[in-house]
Amino acid sequence: MVNPVTEIKKPVLRIQNLHVSYDKNDKGKYAVANVSADIKKDQITAIMGPSGCGKSSLLRALNRMHELYPNIVTQGKIFLNDVDISKLSNIELRRKIGMVFQSPNPFPSMSIYENVVAGYKLNGIKQKKNQRDEIVEKSLKDVALWNEVKDALHKRGNFLSGGQQQRLCIARALAFQPDVILLDEPTSALDPVATSKIEDLLIKLKKNYSIVLVTHNMAQAARISDYSMFMYLGELVEYGKTKDMFTNPSDKRTEEYLMGKFG
Amino acid sequence: MEDQKVIVDKLSSKSKDARRKASNGIFHGLVILFSLITITPIILIILNLVEKGYRQINLHFFTQIAPDSWDAMQAISQGKLIPGGILNGITGTFMMVGMASIIAIPLGIMIGIFLYENGNKRYANFIRDITDILQGAPSIVLGLIAYLWVVKYITHGFSALAGAVSLAIMMLPLIIRPTEETFKMIPNTIKEAGVALGVPYHKIILKVMMPTGLSGLMTGILLALSRVIGETAPLMLTALGSQYVSFDITKPASAIPLLIWNFYNDPNLVNLIWSSSLSLVAMVLALNLISKRIASKRK
Amino acid sequence: MNSEKVTKNLLFVASIILILLAAGMVLTLASGSIPVFEKFGIQFIWSNKWNPTAGREQYGALPFIAGTIITSVLALIICLPLAFSASLFIGEFYKGTFFAKIIGTMVDLLAGIPSIVYGLWGFYYLRPMIVKLGLNAQGFGVFTASIILAIMIIPYATSISTEIISLVPNHLKEAAYSLGATRMEVIWNVTVPAARSGIIASYILALGRALGETMAVTMLIGNDNHIPKSIFGIGNTMASVIANQFGEAEGSKLSALIAIGLLLFVITGLINAAGKFIIKKLA
Ligand SMILES: Nc1ncnc2c1ncn2[C@@H]1O[C@H](COP(=O)(O)OP(=O)(O)OP(=O)(O)O)[C@@H](O)[C@H]1O
Ligand SMILES: [Mg+2]
Repeated sequence: MVNPVTEIKKPVLRIQNLHVSYDKNDKGKYAVANVSADIKKDQITAIMGPSGCGKSSLLRALNRMHELYPNIVTQGKIFLNDVDISKLSNIELRRKIGMVFQSPNPFPSMSIYENVVAGYKLNGIKQKKNQRDEIVEKSLKDVALWNEVKDALHKRGNFLSGGQQQRLCIARALAFQPDVILLDEPTSALDPVATSKIEDLLIKLKKNYSIVLVTHNMAQAARISDYSMFMYLGELVEYGKTKDMFTNPSDKRTEEYLMGKFG
Repeated sequence: MEDQKVIVDKLSSKSKDARRKASNGIFHGLVILFSLITITPIILIILNLVEKGYRQINLHFFTQIAPDSWDAMQAISQGKLIPGGILNGITGTFMMVGMASIIAIPLGIMIGIFLYENGNKRYANFIRDITDILQGAPSIVLGLIAYLWVVKYITHGFSALAGAVSLAIMMLPLIIRPTEETFKMIPNTIKEAGVALGVPYHKIILKVMMPTGLSGLMTGILLALSRVIGETAPLMLTALGSQYVSFDITKPASAIPLLIWNFYNDPNLVNLIWSSSLSLVAMVLALNLISKRIASKRK
Repeated sequence: MNSEKVTKNLLFVASIILILLAAGMVLTLASGSIPVFEKFGIQFIWSNKWNPTAGREQYGALPFIAGTIITSVLALIICLPLAFSASLFIGEFYKGTFFAKIIGTMVDLLAGIPSIVYGLWGFYYLRPMIVKLGLNAQGFGVFTASIILAIMIIPYATSISTEIISLVPNHLKEAAYSLGATRMEVIWNVTVPAARSGIIASYILALGRALGETMAVTMLIGNDNHIPKSIFGIGNTMASVIANQFGEAEGSKLSALIAIGLLLFVITGLINAAGKFIIKKLA
């Protein structure tokens, strides 16, 4: 039902000639090599490919996470809603692009409640308590965690299961109302039940958020993504509608990967 | 939903972000500044020691005993270098640290092995607690103890033995913990190989475990030595100091730090404090350096 | 008995020797303190009179307990921003770099300088600066001693906290960065809370070190047997009074010094136990 409309929506992210290298001195060795792609708004875009092909490296370029490490060099341009992200402060950029990591990483020194509003606290945004309460409740409801934790909001999150912790981390990213959410193999540390809960959640979330999802799990990509990228040795080999790619891959490497020949 | 977004945008204005960036920069600057302040004293101390001490350092300084006040005064009034050296301090330090090692190293290694053998048993944890308490005990208190035990009841007077006892108590915990850690790092298979061959237990320890962990033990021992070699306070209460080279363990003895203390208190000899301190620091740092070398080779 | 039994018994005996040693130390100090407590009662601990003149002898430990606590706490306060910055420099900002190695090595070197050398340096270099600043006419006193003590305990305050700070997992810090936090905000809201107990433990252990330091303090604090009037005033610590009054001590005075030694042993023992307890809880 949404599809015909989104076809004409502007891309939320435009990646142009992106290169990422982990070695300042050996720029010939790229973890991400000359990748260009438009990420569609309010869709789930999956990034697939064998281990080490540069999926995480690509994803982490989108919120300029690589800047934390002086050895990493990124080249190329990325536009968020037509704004060059290198022109934004990384504070602002990261408020607009949320990130969820491979293993759940709620802040151990904070309660569940504090974790959800951690972005506000970290950014020094002061709010009235009722506003905060509202955000916490809304975000936790969005990730379907509210009923499970509403009586333990002020406890630390370490008693939560891995899946619950991961949903808490998604809530933490959502609390800020970002435009894009980046997820790097968010279910690889979870069991099938927790995984399917997160998948349901992501499908629900794409109404309001553009989602970029790195996954090793082809079935997952097939189940929930609208668009898929296939990367190999740092290059973007193929990018298109998930359905098309799975039924009729245009590159031989994609086909081999999808048939389980490597990865 | 949308209003939340508005709140975020409103509350996080560009000027506020700029302020946060600025305070981040200031914080980073302060960390660098304070880190530089932190290392300033060590640079100054070493420079000052070298600058004021190098002139007195020559062969005589290590082969002659400390001068008496009168000779020093004569030399100063004639504008010459103060004669004599710190030989009595060197021999005293070697004698007392040597005796302390003879007491503390075997005992410390045995207790360390005991702790390794007994893992997390209650009694072993009790021994660990005692080791920690000993390690935290101020050195002056150890001096008091050695005074009350040895000076009063054994040698009936200040003695090198008393000084050695105070240093030995100080060394003991510094040997015990590294020994335990070293043995823990040795793979069990090495020990089991010995057991499987029916080698007697003490031989497994002496011939298999100790050689395997030798560098770890050496690191611990050298660090312990570097810690006690500069101790002054406990020796003031026990060894007292001596003007001569003496190898009688029941008599007072000098040590390099004790000599520094004597020089410091004698206006005629005070010029010698820098060269003696320089030698002492050089010895301590050399021991430190060697132990670090051994430790890093192990990895 | 077979050889394994003999060896194990031998090791056990070694552990018994350690217990006897520790017990013997406490008993010796306790029995040596008895005369002064018999003569002056338990008030010895909080009396502030110290008068060794024969016939009018009177001893109280308060001036030295006060001097010890004031100098050590002041030293810790001076040390905190320095040690904390060095920990952040080595374990966070420049982790793994050449600069971190330099600073780390320099901080380690501080631990290798003997106490008496710190005393000399304090006497000939630091004291004149204190005089120039007009803080104290002779430059002796609690403040001077505290600065030297602060320098001496920096390596102890830095070592464990640096290690714990450098062990704070990257994925936690990245989570905070991904929410738009600046490095400073990540440090204060994520790194420091995660490393909190390790940081506190290392500062407690550093305090324990400061309490028992003798030579450098003796040479700088002014050796005055009264409670310090201010942080720029002169005074004495428990360790320094033992060092500089021991030579002529006999009878009640010796017993008083032993009692002060016992108190010092107990206080440092408690402080160290607190630090070790926190470290154990960490593990
Ligand atoms: N921190 C790093 N330092 C150096 N090289 C790195 C680093 N991280 C990744 N690489 C290299 O960059 C390339 C791409 O890595 P990346 O982590 O992006 O792959 P990935 O597709 O996410 O793999 P995976 O599926 O295993 O997570 C790999 O060759 C990897 O070895
Ligand atoms: Mg990856």
